[in-house]
Amino acid sequence: MPRKMRDIRRPQNMKNTICRIFHYIRDYRIQFIFVLLGILGGALANIIGTSLLKPLINLYIVPWIGSEQPELSGFISLLVKMGTVFLVGVFSTYLFNRLMLNISTGALYKIRTDLFDHMEKLPIQYYDTHTHGELMSRFTNDVDTLREMLSQGLPQLISALISIVGVFIMMLLLSPVLTFLVVLMLVIMLQVIKYIGSRSGRYFQKQQAALGKVNGYIEEMIEGQKVVKVFCRENQVEEEFETLNEALREAASNANTYANVLMPIMGNLSHINYAITAAAGALMVIGGFLDLGTIAAFLQYSRNFGMPITQVSQQFNNILNALAGAERIFNLIDVPEEVDNGYVTLVRCTEENGEIVETQQYTGMWAWKHPHSDGTLTYTRLQGDVRFEDVTFSYDGKKDVLKNISLYAKPGQKIAFVGSTGAGKTTITNLINRFYDVPDGKIRYDGININKIRKDDLRRSLGMVLQDTHLFTGTVKENIRYGNLEATDEEILRAAKLANADGFIRHLPQGYDTVLTADGANLSQGQRQLLAIARAAVANPPVLILDEATSSIDTRTEALIEKGMDTLMEGRTVFVIAHRLSTVRNSDAIMVLENGQIIERGDHDQLLAEKGKYFQLYTGMFELS
Amino acid sequence: MYRQIFHCLGAYKKYALLAPVTVIGEVILEVLIPMMMARIINIGISNGDVPYVIKMGAVMIITALLSLCFGALSGRFAAVAATGLSKGLRKKLFHQVQDFSFSNIDKFSTASLITRLTTDVTNTQNAFQMVIRMLVRAPIMLVLATFMAVRINASLAGIFLVAVPVLAVSLGLIISLAFPRFTKMLKKYDALNADVQENLIAIRVVKAFVREKFENEKFHNSADLLRAAQKKAEKIIIFNMPIMQFVMYGCMIAVCWFGGMQIISGHMETGDLMSFFSYLTQILMSLMMVAMICVMLVLSKASITRILEIFDESPDIQNPSASAVMENGSIVFENVNFSYGNDPQNLTLQNISLTIHSGETVGIIGGTGSAKTTLVQLIPRLYDVLQGRVLVGGHDVREYDLKSLRDQVAMVLQKNVLFSGSIRSNLKWGNENASEQEISAACQAAQAENFILSFPDGYDTDLGQGGVNVSGGQKQRLCIARALLKKPKIIILDDSTSAVDTATDSKIRAAFREELAGTTTIIIAQRISSICDADKIIVLNEGKIDAIGTHEELLKNNAIYREVYESQQKGVA
Repeated sequence: MPRKMRDIRRPQNMKNTICRIFHYIRDYRIQFIFVLLGILGGALANIIGTSLLKPLINLYIVPWIGSEQPELSGFISLLVKMGTVFLVGVFSTYLFNRLMLNISTGALYKIRTDLFDHMEKLPIQYYDTHTHGELMSRFTNDVDTLREMLSQGLPQLISALISIVGVFIMMLLLSPVLTFLVVLMLVIMLQVIKYIGSRSGRYFQKQQAALGKVNGYIEEMIEGQKVVKVFCRENQVEEEFETLNEALREAASNANTYANVLMPIMGNLSHINYAITAAAGALMVIGGFLDLGTIAAFLQYSRNFGMPITQVSQQFNNILNALAGAERIFNLIDVPEEVDNGYVTLVRCTEENGEIVETQQYTGMWAWKHPHSDGTLTYTRLQGDVRFEDVTFSYDGKKDVLKNISLYAKPGQKIAFVGSTGAGKTTITNLINRFYDVPDGKIRYDGININKIRKDDLRRSLGMVLQDTHLFTGTVKENIRYGNLEATDEEILRAAKLANADGFIRHLPQGYDTVLTADGANLSQGQRQLLAIARAAVANPPVLILDEATSSIDTRTEALIEKGMDTLMEGRTVFVIAHRLSTVRNSDAIMVLENGQIIERGDHDQLLAEKGKYFQLYTGMFELS
Repeated sequence: MYRQIFHCLGAYKKYALLAPVTVIGEVILEVLIPMMMARIINIGISNGDVPYVIKMGAVMIITALLSLCFGALSGRFAAVAATGLSKGLRKKLFHQVQDFSFSNIDKFSTASLITRLTTDVTNTQNAFQMVIRMLVRAPIMLVLATFMAVRINASLAGIFLVAVPVLAVSLGLIISLAFPRFTKMLKKYDALNADVQENLIAIRVVKAFVREKFENEKFHNSADLLRAAQKKAEKIIIFNMPIMQFVMYGCMIAVCWFGGMQIISGHMETGDLMSFFSYLTQILMSLMMVAMICVMLVLSKASITRILEIFDESPDIQNPSASAVMENGSIVFENVNFSYGNDPQNLTLQNISLTIHSGETVGIIGGTGSAKTTLVQLIPRLYDVLQGRVLVGGHDVREYDLKSLRDQVAMVLQKNVLFSGSIRSNLKWGNENASEQEISAACQAAQAENFILSFPDGYDTDLGQGGVNVSGGQKQRLCIARALLKKPKIIILDDSTSAVDTATDSKIRAAFREELAGTTTIIIAQRISSICDADKIIVLNEGKIDAIGTHEELLKNNAIYREVYESQQKGVA
């Protein structure tokens, strides 16, 4: 898998993590039982098959040496028996691998989708405090190591453990004395593993730290490569890189050394073991304590003994890593979802005799359905009346970003927010759609406390065009349809025309069916904003929030889409945030924000007449003409 | 193709040679061990010769110890060589990227350059380490073990003549069947990751449009496709183990039968049968190993190719051997045509001719996509013209040493970047040796000093990666200050105050007028207010100069300019 950057972090709560992994396997429990049986079968077949070597030599070969007419029927039937055992082993190996594939892919599918579904439900605060890279690595690194563990590590570990136990028992049965020698060797091997393992772990961590630094530096410099060139800093940058690069080389060569020497050392220790067994066994045969068949079988076993021990020692680290990764995944899944205690919902309605009646049909009319504690239901027509009453808000609980904000927007009004970066303009819109929550009753929508409105329904009633436009991989048409999944092609076309996007879309290679890639990289910033506007238009919401929606569109194009925007805004409550004052001039009310407070409010003419901050800002662009 | 890669080994070449040599030593010794075991049994036991058994036992242990030393050494050498290679690769790649011109950088995207320098280098390192250890070990083991087996009993070794081809063909078949499926799986995997990435970036849009369920369905679909692709690919790979076991067990039975018959008829000894089992395992295991390495190599080939693509990309802006000396800050474009793809049919700039005198302030205005940025990027020779020429300070830009040209032409990019470190260390990019006064003066001119001093740590405030700790407008002002510190003859501001409010914007321009009186200043702007006091304003439209003139002239004579102006002034009495 690409991007393998593992860090050794031990899982905190191993038992719980393992339980949860098994929870994902639960649906496959019958298959899993067969997997265990398969592993057992494979390991036992090897052990039993090898054990047949002893009678083979002792009963059917040695007694007939030099004989002209050896009795072969026993020999043949034993070989057939051996073949059968081995065939069962081969079949078991295939079976458990095949079943494990079902289980691991199935469990991973479930884990991935659970992770993603949960991610979508996380509150915006979570995204503010965690980097994309961090969340991404849950999906890549952590899921990958888990995949390796499920499909390879776990079966290998189980199989190796069975082999160790089985081979040990068989050796004990064949010759307790020789087994004692093997156990002595085993103790040495375990010491070596422990020593190398702890060293390797330490250097591995150093390597990861150095790799992190190098990769971070590469990322930063390459992202800023054009700046590096403009400032001719190539040489300095290369020098700095060289230092980091050498540090990484040193750490990596140490870490890799320990990883590399484990296999040859273990392999050769098992050769030494083999040598001792052979010599000691031979002496015992000479002394008459042992027969040839036993020593043949024993030697074969002692060869089979070193391998699983090395495997266990290698898999053990991988499994700990995978568990640590799994734990991080589960920790993310455990992060509380965005809370929504809203119970007021948005329903389609018609009006009969002045009464609002809920209906299933599309009427173009919506109402808030408000159940009360006494069991009654009231319906309020969705109009787009938004009020703030003395709202104070802080992201971190320390610094107030908004202070005592009160405002009202009557249905159909256009309210604009003006102010410098950081004045709190975007925060206001973030509160309206409940990306962040304020105490009860502070914000009312059509007279209803917005904390009582179900978030999904609230957001559905708000159309947003955000400062940073994000498009999705898919066709232009699909991207516009994002605003309203039920929109017909005709409606999409109308929305695109309204946003003045139709022109450039038609010039794209496949028109509306052009596939946009990687966040719409093949479109200019301005074109992307036009698509975002079309997307909001197709959603057809009663309230529209335009957060710097036209900042990347040049003023000429903006003038061209102004008519479309006017049509879009007609009859809707609109909140506009803009740097460019020309965009907000015709608003019903303009709020000038500074340091989280509204310092001026009024329409364009009133504010100009006040000769306050707005006047200054407005004439600031005018000073010379 | 691989020569360039090996070249990056540099001083670590000797380790790259020592590793396989020690591996060979290890393998030779390892292959001897079963033979000695056979001797112990055949000679020692049948003759009841205790000293011989002890002697051979000791020799075996010493052989194994030597083999252990060789093995450990080879591990060390391989680690040093492989990490040395990856260091060399990173160094060369990084150097190469530093040499790239803008158009080279555009050709590879930033993300792809980063992947090449990180993941691809790591993959190559792993593959290389594998090659110098395993790819030497396995075939030699195969040959030597076969040799030993033939020596012990040539007719019994005939079994391998059947077994080895059977195993080789089936492994080859498995790999060739599985490989395309794995490629497909990796594609699905990338698509899945792209899905996640997209949702992380656009989470606010997803939430604002209440599309969580929709996105979930999309993701479930991608995850399901990945699951299916993975199953399809691995379904084949899992045949590896059982087939290997099948061949091995088959061989064991065959060896038992034929070997047993030969022992009975007195043509073979019991000890040889046992050592035969050992060679059998060694031979088949090494074959398995070769197959595995082939898979690894094929997988890493993609990484190597991507690295080589960078090595082979020649920087398309070459530094001249001798540099001209810049006389002043004048700029002349002579019939310049430019195309990003060097395609005369698809010109981004067409027939541009203009003269800017030293010390003038010039505004450039035009709609999205009118090639404003492209025009100014030709001045510090970030790109080369297709036809015509650009003269700066009296000489063609191609006659200057790039460093001396760019030191004199400061450019504040539209997409600008600050680096991790303090504000001061970022500002010093403009001039390594700038004094406190110079830094302070530049920041005052860029209207940045006030907010810098409002931070608790002032100029030593840590910016965090990508300058995350400052707002967009503040970032732009720092970038301007950084450029000012160069004390250039020409300064270009490419829409560099778009996030700065109008009042601050006008203060910056006032400071420029006073303090940079002799400096040629070029300002690209969306706002008429940012450029209306310029000596000269260039109106660009679809890559052509629509008009050049002062604010008043253009208002009178140029339709586009008037339109932009009106769109920004409407409603003002």
